[in-house]
Amino acid sequence: MLEIKNLHATVGGKEILKGINLTVNAGEVHAIMGPNGSGKSTLSYVISGKDGYEVTEGQILYNGIDLTEMEPEIRAAEGVFLAFQYPVEIPGVPNVTFLKEAVNAVRRHRGEDELDAMQFVKMIKAKTEELGIAKDMLKRAVNVGFSGGEKKRNEILQMAVLNPKLAVLDETDSGLDIDALKIVSDGVNQLRSDERAILVITHYQRLLDHIVPDFVHVLAHGKIQRSGGKELAFELEEKGYAEYGVAAE
Amino acid sequence: MVMQMNATQPFVDQFDDVQSRLPGSKLPWLEAFRKAGIEKFSTIGVPTIKTEAWKYTRLPNIDCKEFRSANWENGQVAVNAVAEFLSDALNQIRLVYVNGIIRPDLSNLTNLPDGISFEPLTQALESDPEFIESQLCTEELKYDQGFSALNAAMMESGTIFRVAKGVQVKEPIEIVHMNGVADAPIIGHPHNVFVLEAGSQATLVMRHAGIGTSAYFNNAVTEIVVGDSAILKHYTLQTDCMEAIHLSTVNVRVGKDATYETFNFAIGGRLSRTETRVRLEGRGAHCNLSGAYMMRGREHCDNITIVDHLVPDTTAREVFKGVLDDEARGVFQGKLIVHKYAQRTNGHQLSRALLLSDRAEMDAKPELEIYADDVKCSHGATTGQIDENALFYLRSRGVPEALARNLLIQSFIAEALEEISDEKVREAIAGLVVHWLPADCFSVDEWVQA
Ligand SMILES: Nc1ncnc2c1ncn2[C@@H]1O[C@H](COP(=O)(O)OP(=O)(O)O)[C@@H](O)[C@H]1O
Ligand SMILES: [Mg+2]
Repeated sequence: MLEIKNLHATVGGKEILKGINLTVNAGEVHAIMGPNGSGKSTLSYVISGKDGYEVTEGQILYNGIDLTEMEPEIRAAEGVFLAFQYPVEIPGVPNVTFLKEAVNAVRRHRGEDELDAMQFVKMIKAKTEELGIAKDMLKRAVNVGFSGGEKKRNEILQMAVLNPKLAVLDETDSGLDIDALKIVSDGVNQLRSDERAILVITHYQRLLDHIVPDFVHVLAHGKIQRSGGKELAFELEEKGYAEYGVAAE
Repeated sequence: MVMQMNATQPFVDQFDDVQSRLPGSKLPWLEAFRKAGIEKFSTIGVPTIKTEAWKYTRLPNIDCKEFRSANWENGQVAVNAVAEFLSDALNQIRLVYVNGIIRPDLSNLTNLPDGISFEPLTQALESDPEFIESQLCTEELKYDQGFSALNAAMMESGTIFRVAKGVQVKEPIEIVHMNGVADAPIIGHPHNVFVLEAGSQATLVMRHAGIGTSAYFNNAVTEIVVGDSAILKHYTLQTDCMEAIHLSTVNVRVGKDATYETFNFAIGGRLSRTETRVRLEGRGAHCNLSGAYMMRGREHCDNITIVDHLVPDTTAREVFKGVLDDEARGVFQGKLIVHKYAQRTNGHQLSRALLLSDRAEMDAKPELEIYADDVKCSHGATTGQIDENALFYLRSRGVPEALARNLLIQSFIAEALEEISDEKVREAIAGLVVHWLPADCFSVDEWVQA
């Protein structure tokens, strides 16, 4: 589903990604682990198409199509989803309006009928219950005044309603207490399916107890340094990133 | 100085030319009032950027000889396309003026409740000249701004609105001004008087619409008295056309435990300027002076507020938000003056502008002048651009860029609209916001209901 080939990317003229190769097939969950500043968020932004993150070499193939020149909204509509490490606050826009516009924009792109207010409310209520998310989060402005945990849960809610094919979760576990971590990982696990690929970016092994990955990759200095099974995560937890030339934190 | 003389004299000449044709010309007190007005105007002259309240706003050159008023031309200036415009009006009690001329055929006074008088100035000068005289003729002409003085001299239209003691009306009452579709540029100096007696309540909506494309110059003065414990909600919806010059001065006196709430919404206008001066004269008096404006092209919007806190325990709140595209300019000058004995004053003032283009410009000058020691006052002014992170966040969820931008603009303005306590009016303005936005965007229904 996702095939990243020799990906080089710069941010503000500085090369951050220096030749990433990664293949994620439908049905698989991959974890990318790496020290702070290694380029994990950069990779997630390059996949989702943020301005200022420039691909200088290589390709990101999504179901065989190169994403690199595609507008972010088209990528989203085609099924690429990024759960942000730092979800953005949008004062004045009710979360429910935001979700509805997002869902309908994606439906329009896919040639499906838009949901009217009734249909949408019904759908969103079911989703919030399924995910154990408090309903008042819908009325409030997008992420404004949300706790760290609420913001991450809101990302999971968005993912659930947008129903992506490829989900990238950037440090969705950071700053969560155990309960919130459980809501978030349950949400991700519910989405696991043969048609879907999930890329979990994390700094700690903890999340991977809940979302058990099929593969683990170590990203350092802008490159995948090592790939392996889930046992690689335990090894990193024990030894840190010292062997990749990164001082212990 | 020479420049100023040049701009001032044609207005004086115009007064000399038309004064005998102005309404109420047979009333000696009015003649004296007009004379005092034109004398004051000749001394002060038209404002220049040296005038403090006009610091950031340059008056476009107006050759007033080119401008006509149907009120002194003694006839109707051709107007079409009016009915269409009115069809979306809040369907209620209203007076409709087209190019300054009252149009009984478009107005609706059938359900006017008892205790309310609501009539054009021209009519009131015949039906109740004593009342107008009592409102206008204070010991000395109070106007210290050139254009207010000119209005005193030239007033030829306007609305008189009186609510008797204790009378409370829930439904908004509307004054509609349509300008622009005419054979010649139109000039108007409407003079409005709104008096709410003690304990009364009313909501007044003034709509100024530019229909068509011809130029007009509107120089309005509105005198408002909100009696003890009375509540006036006064909303202005300006959708002037690109050639319009719209100047408005609003003087308000607020009594004990009374509330004056105003919201000025402006889209369009070559120059749209509103100067609101409020005197909080009674203990417990409160005012909310807020507004929003959305300008593009070379349009210019200027909001000036001056609030005098004269007695203890008065409150003022101001929230202005503006969206400026292309080479549009916005100005906000707000002054809260807390007089010596006005203890426990509470004042809050905020101006925020969103620039959609790097050629757009905003000047904001919030000011506090405090002579009492026990007061709570805050003020702030910010100017910013669309938040790129928020834009990307929306796009990453599939929302197309144009729509995402619109949503962010809408949400920016929405914060100001929260100051409007009348729901119907808030919705009507939300509709105008959507109308202004470029490209496709969210429907009003969805927005409001969320
Ligand atoms: N906007 C930016 N401009 C310049 N450098 C940046 C920018 N964003 C990130 N970087 C740099 O890119 C590197 C990788 O950052 P990031 O991808 O956020 O790392 P991670 O998510 O792995 O902690 C860091 O050295 C960071 O300082
Ligand atoms: Mg990161």
